[in-house]
Amino acid sequence: MTAGTLDRPRQRRSKPWPETWVAAAFVAPAALVILLVVVVPLVRAAWMSLFDIELTSPGVEPFVGLRNYVTQLTSADFWDSVSKALFFTGVTTALELSLGLGLAMLMDQPMRFRWLLRSIVILPWALPTIVNALMWRWIDNGTYGSLNALLAQTGVIHDYVPWLSQDSTAMWMVVLADVWKMTPFCAILILAGLQGIDRELFEAARVDGAGSRQIFRRIIVPLLTPIILVVLVLRTMEAFKVFDIIWIMTGGGPANATQTVAIYAYRTAYQSYDFGQGAALGYLIAIFIMLLAAVYLKLLRRTGA
Amino acid sequence: MTNRYGARGGLRIRAGVVLMAAAFAAAGCSGSSATPSAAQPSAAAPASASAAAPASAAAPSAAGEAITLHVLLMKQAAYSDTDVAAMTAAFNVDHPNITIVPEFVAYDALHDKIVTAQAGGGGVYDLILVDTPWPAEMVKAGIITDITDKIPAEFSTGVFDAAWTAAKYNGKIYGVPWINDTKFFFYNEKMLNNAGITAAPKTWDEVEAAAKAVKAKGEVKYPIISSWKQAEAVICEWTQIAAAMGGSEFVDAQGKPLFNQGGGLAALKFMKKLIDEGLVDPASLSSTEDDVNTAMSTGQYAMTLNWTYGLSVMNDPKASKVAGQIKVAPSPGEGSVTTSGVNGGMSLAVTTTSKHPAEALQYALFLASEKSQEMDVANALPMWKASFDNADVTKNNPTLFAAAKIQFSGLVARPVVPYYTKLSNALQAAIQEALLGKKTPEQALNDVAAQLPSFQQ
Repeated sequence: MTAGTLDRPRQRRSKPWPETWVAAAFVAPAALVILLVVVVPLVRAAWMSLFDIELTSPGVEPFVGLRNYVTQLTSADFWDSVSKALFFTGVTTALELSLGLGLAMLMDQPMRFRWLLRSIVILPWALPTIVNALMWRWIDNGTYGSLNALLAQTGVIHDYVPWLSQDSTAMWMVVLADVWKMTPFCAILILAGLQGIDRELFEAARVDGAGSRQIFRRIIVPLLTPIILVVLVLRTMEAFKVFDIIWIMTGGGPANATQTVAIYAYRTAYQSYDFGQGAALGYLIAIFIMLLAAVYLKLLRRTGA
Repeated sequence: MTNRYGARGGLRIRAGVVLMAAAFAAAGCSGSSATPSAAQPSAAAPASASAAAPASAAAPSAAGEAITLHVLLMKQAAYSDTDVAAMTAAFNVDHPNITIVPEFVAYDALHDKIVTAQAGGGGVYDLILVDTPWPAEMVKAGIITDITDKIPAEFSTGVFDAAWTAAKYNGKIYGVPWINDTKFFFYNEKMLNNAGITAAPKTWDEVEAAAKAVKAKGEVKYPIISSWKQAEAVICEWTQIAAAMGGSEFVDAQGKPLFNQGGGLAALKFMKKLIDEGLVDPASLSSTEDDVNTAMSTGQYAMTLNWTYGLSVMNDPKASKVAGQIKVAPSPGEGSVTTSGVNGGMSLAVTTTSKHPAEALQYALFLASEKSQEMDVANALPMWKASFDNADVTKNNPTLFAAAKIQFSGLVARPVVPYYTKLSNALQAAIQEALLGKKTPEQALNDVAAQLPSFQQ
């Protein structure tokens, strides 16, 4: 190496990359993965949804434009499954959120063995969904289920109830199983939010004469709103496309009473071999979820979140 | 504390990220329900695959070459994983170079597992278990291979005719018959005796009368438990009862519906009547065959229909409170029909994606051989006619073999048509609608009949 080389101005080489380039370099690997596992299938599914693709008619894949979407949007079965999904979403989200909030506030209280309470509470969420669903299928069994035994022995019911065999109760039992599993998830997230609130605010409020109800309404709820929004959107998204817990507990029955839109889409694609319709249904589910999330955002923004 | 976007801006950004995540997750779900690889029917190329497979099947790999076969089977009725392990061990004595990797799934997951794994030509399985109504749709989807000219002669003559239903489509053979099963009538002998009934009911009217007698005795609330869940289980039982009541044909030769009249309609009305009379437990509407075994084992029921394996499960002293009390009889008939049985046969089909079709076929033929099938007859009856005349095979359960010999002679099949799964799904829901009283049996079946042309398109 010559002295001349060493004397070259170094500022040019040591000049840092623009901040955006650095950011892009860090994001690139993740973006590439997302591109491959999300965007490519998304585009592919969108393309497929414009064709009549039935596996039992290989080689015959006519372009049908938006016909798959029109077929589903004018199908009574589709709207029936959407209404089931909306019911499931509405009830589970409301229950999980309100119970999760209560549970989080309980776990936030100073008490002995709080660590034990927090550990126990998280257990249902830690269970795999298939285990949870099978467990509740046994509990709800109309013949030998423990729920009937408990209710009969405590005098609440006289005759055993076939919980999963009646269209009036099957969906509620699925809701119960989902709430039992997912409430801890909501509670843990909300607890994280609660712990981020400065305790001095509570003390100041108390000094100013605020009661527990006022502290809850004026301090806790407004400061928790961002995390509640996140929980709300996450749970709405998951609940609307619920599949596994229902599939294992009821298979969509009795008489399609628990056939949500994801189960309907699964049956269309994999049991009826109709991948064109299945892809269209996948997109319709995504659109519904985005609409629901947008409504939440608007409502929450209006309330001053 | 605010960030450089301000509090509301931060919220908006976070919410936007969540929205994007929601959209991606949901659409990712759609993507997975229609993956690109699974979405290319053209890749399945059934015609070429079917044509190519027999050629390769005729040329097994060189002896000694290490080969692994992936086999998809069922863990529910018929042969257990233990049975398969014993058969495989025997197979490996002469084929030590072939490693069998079996995978067992519940029956209700089997069809969809095959479709998701094999559709599009990217499957990993060499051999799959195929139910009676599936050959048509799986041939059309290019999933299974034509093996017509690979079946040994003794199979053609020695196996019950009914067992071939799960193996054939359009006159060609696509599977090696392996399971020959039907639903038998199981009853708690002690419970019936207590109600003054000393012989198994021979007709469905006698079943109804026996159930009323047991109920009147007050021993149980519901004398009958059935597997009428919204699944293939309810179709099997409805078909079997329909056959006893004068007809089990789903469609005629022109594809016109028959299931909404004659035996099909009569069977559904009868099922509804049993529910209304409090003779069948309403819990049946969420019960599979496994649930029925468990329920019968509690000693709270007197009668049921189930596959062969039910007898050993319900009489298992480790799991049943009524072990030894459950007896078997031919399924009841009605009128001039002495008995009926739904064809629960299943075959082993070589996939079009198998890299070792010859070895896969060898393994299938071994599992289906008379010797293998006679290894354990507690969970599944042999499909070989000669086995039924072999006293060494029948000695442990002569009544089961006697009932099977009668029922196997006249099994009825669910239709082997490419649109079967669509039709079955619609009928499952319709039957439950009728049983729940949401529609009359006529309305429920007629509604499906009206949809039939759309399934057939």
